[in-house]
Amino acid sequence: MKDVHLISLSVNGNEHELVVESRRTLADMLRHDLGYTGTHLGCEHGICGACTILLDDQPVRACLVFGVQADGCEVRTVEGLADGDQLSDLQQAFSDRHGLQCGFCTPGFLMLAEAYLSEADSSADPESVREAMASNLCRCTGYQGIVEAVCDVARSRHPAGST
Amino acid sequence: MTRFAVKATLRATNAPTGPLGRTGARMAREAKLDGHGTWIGASVPRKEDGRMLRGSGRFVDDVERYGALHAAFVRSPYGSATVNSIDVAAATGIPGVHHVLTAADLDNPYLLAVLERDEFVPTTMPLLAESEVRHAAEPVAVVLAEDPYAAEDGAEAVEIDFTPRQAVTDLDTAPTGPNVHSGLADNCLVDLTMFDDDRLDGVLADAPLTVEAEFSSARLAALPMEGRGCLAEWDDRDGQVVLHASTQVPHQLRSGIAQALGLPESTVRVIAPDVGGGFGLKCVVGREEVVIAAAAARLRRPVKWVEDRQENLTASFHGHEQHYAVRAAFDTTGRLLGLAADIRCDVGAYSAFPFTCAVEPLMAATELPGAYKVPAYRARGRAIATNKPPTAPYRGVSRPQIVLVMERLMEKAAAALDLDPLEVRRRNLISEGEFPYTGASGITYDEGSYRESLDLAEKTVTEAGWYSERDELRAAGIPAGIGFSCFSERTAYGTPIMAQRRMGMTPGYDTAHVRMDPTGEVIVTTGTCGHGQGHETTFAQIVATRLGVHPDQVRLRQGDTDLAAYGWGTFGSRSIVIGGTSARRAADDVAAQLRRIAAHLLEVDESDVRLMHGAATVRGVPGASLEIAELARTAYFRAHTLPEGSEHGLEARGSADPPGTFSNACHTVLVTADPGTGAVRVRRYLVVEDCGVVINPLVVDGQVRGGVTQGIAAALYERIRYDGDGQPNSATLMDYLAPTASEICPIQITHLETPCPYTEDGAKGMGEGGTIGAPAAVLNAVNDALAHTGVAMDHIPVRPEDVLSSLSRPLATVGGT
Ligand code: FES
Ligand code: FES
Repeated sequence: MKDVHLISLSVNGNEHELVVESRRTLADMLRHDLGYTGTHLGCEHGICGACTILLDDQPVRACLVFGVQADGCEVRTVEGLADGDQLSDLQQAFSDRHGLQCGFCTPGFLMLAEAYLSEADSSADPESVREAMASNLCRCTGYQGIVEAVCDVARSRHPAGST
Repeated sequence: MTRFAVKATLRATNAPTGPLGRTGARMAREAKLDGHGTWIGASVPRKEDGRMLRGSGRFVDDVERYGALHAAFVRSPYGSATVNSIDVAAATGIPGVHHVLTAADLDNPYLLAVLERDEFVPTTMPLLAESEVRHAAEPVAVVLAEDPYAAEDGAEAVEIDFTPRQAVTDLDTAPTGPNVHSGLADNCLVDLTMFDDDRLDGVLADAPLTVEAEFSSARLAALPMEGRGCLAEWDDRDGQVVLHASTQVPHQLRSGIAQALGLPESTVRVIAPDVGGGFGLKCVVGREEVVIAAAAARLRRPVKWVEDRQENLTASFHGHEQHYAVRAAFDTTGRLLGLAADIRCDVGAYSAFPFTCAVEPLMAATELPGAYKVPAYRARGRAIATNKPPTAPYRGVSRPQIVLVMERLMEKAAAALDLDPLEVRRRNLISEGEFPYTGASGITYDEGSYRESLDLAEKTVTEAGWYSERDELRAAGIPAGIGFSCFSERTAYGTPIMAQRRMGMTPGYDTAHVRMDPTGEVIVTTGTCGHGQGHETTFAQIVATRLGVHPDQVRLRQGDTDLAAYGWGTFGSRSIVIGGTSARRAADDVAAQLRRIAAHLLEVDESDVRLMHGAATVRGVPGASLEIAELARTAYFRAHTLPEGSEHGLEARGSADPPGTFSNACHTVLVTADPGTGAVRVRRYLVVEDCGVVINPLVVDGQVRGGVTQGIAAALYERIRYDGDGQPNSATLMDYLAPTASEICPIQITHLETPCPYTEDGAKGMGEGGTIGAPAAVLNAVNDALAHTGVAMDHIPVRPEDVLSSLSRPLATVGGT
């Protein structure tokens, strides 16, 4: 007998109710049970950050959280960032700065950056952005475009003197 | 001047609204339109970005099939062992497990990569091990279950009785160790002595200066962020097994599957969806991919396998583990007189299909002289088998090491002769007036900017104050150093060059189709297979320029063996040169068809028709113009109005097969070493590079920066380790230290432009250069930083303990470990 649980959660504002095996990770549940395949798996042991999502506004590794732990929570994934076809400022900055190549790490970086930007202010300098982005791995870009994109958005979301 | 922005806006009225129009407008603003409607050289935003940023890219694990079984491989826990028996009874009893397959269940299939040379020993690589395992994590059986969790449960329950044997795990003990394959003398799979010059021994004996040195580089993992993976299904309607796979080489994968399973190629279709990086790991055929195809074909049920990171680090392909023993002769002015090299590559247990294990030693022996003039030369290249996973051509393929060897030699000669090391390089670099230059190994170098890039790099860093910064750091007690590396990089190996390797299958050419539809939109198919390099954008720029349309109107279809002509995929910095030129040639043909239709309708001479900004215009006749969409409509829907004998439709095929073209660059880096921890930090990095005509600067700079990052990683961080029993010690990302943003600094890039003489657009390949130049530059900088200690380092990666011991501060006194 499988050990299953009935849980409910919201993902990008959509309410879901589902039965999930207790050992199933949140990442697998999002990807394969609910179809949010934008959350990627690069290591499944908590290092690469490709699976980073926001769980009740906190960035977490979805490969290290069980689906049942998200019962009653609000999840935000990369699919929730754009407004239809209209990219968010952060997504647009990633494109403008060439912060992605193969795109596999990109959803994790976007969600990590969203969490960082929600706390950063306009003083977010490239060094602190670099340090924050060092939570995740990218094998393609050398990180420069990612760091520049996040700096751009930190500046535009928090113009100097606005806080 | 007519601005294309107007056309783009007009177009948006009948195009899907929203992002396309917005993108089009932005593109037109940013495009380097010069009045001739060229998109070459424009930083066109990537067409790939939107879906990746929205999370709607489609990678192989995103493809779902109803009723699919999920695979987990049962792998060897030993580096070398005899397989006595396999008991699957317990595993098949696990809930959710449907099948457990062994080699016998699949009729003992294998992959065989061949080189038609007497000096090469072929190795049969079983898809699933039969009576022996030759490296840890070698696949022995596969469990197919309803979900990946049940498959893992099943894999744990398969009982295999092994008798472990002594493993061979390094280059030095391999010749006298147990044979990795029975009867394999000295464990040597390839032993080639090339370019043997009778004069060389005399030159080495008589030279005023002979430098003798040994160099080594660690085993590496390519580490794409998406591991390997595939989904196979039987399509009963088409009578095909269809394999979605994360690959760089769909056609080669199809050929590998067909050969291993004895199938006609037409019954296998390989589709590469979005691929999350490859770096060479995915340009060979994996055993797992063929097993999954075989299982789906037999069971007539979809089967999916997604490699996890541990498998990726222990069971896929590695590369880069090499040792060089070199003697070089110089005259008193620092001129290189002769070079002898003994090159050994630890290639693991098997030859990967189709490149074989010879790819590293052959590349190293053939291309060692690099950007330098070497009057007399000899190289011995060996591939040594060990009980480790086989090797694939990881980004750069031996060139990071050969550049490191040559650049260290230049430094050593300069030190011995008390000369400026940059001046020694200048005296040896192939220079203006000497191109095309044919070197000692028979390679002909097309024109490059070898000296110019060095001169510009030196000037740039001097003016930017790097030397004073270094000296100030040193004065503050921080070891600091500046390193250079100069290199050229052969790219776009066509069949004439590849044929010299004598592979069983000779790669090289490629073919593209260009088809304009009745609404004037364009589809390009290609046998190349981009996986992060932005081909959807750069190919569109090339084709749009020829057809006078907007890149938004050009869509690239790649990675599907049923759609594209046989092509060799994306590796070896070949795609924009070979694939892009193929597409350009096909587009030129379609452009000629459009011009003929326009000439007929406008009653003018074909040679006066120009395709630009979405319209055909006539030279010298200002009012005469037809929209290209109108020409397309006419070609398809009003063919009866065209002269008799006109072609039907608007399509053409183009091919390219260049002899290989040399990009070049000079890298310069400033590093510091922490005297307390021994950690080396890269503080400043400059690349002066020349890849001929740049199609899209955004994309080129991205390739350079990503490549440099991998090169820095090879120089300072990454190392796949095995213990003496063949057990992997780098099985997680806690053990294999890929650099994060914190380890990498901004990388400044300057471009020079020496066009490729073999192609119409003049672009040279450039996907690997960053990785090739960085290890040598970083190692030279580390040596400069430690120059006062008198220690010379000639291995990579340089680890903190190496730095500390050269600073006479043993690690034990620092961390107590
Ligand atoms: S997949 Fe979760 S951290 Fe790598
Ligand atoms: S873009 Fe490929 S891993 Fe980051």
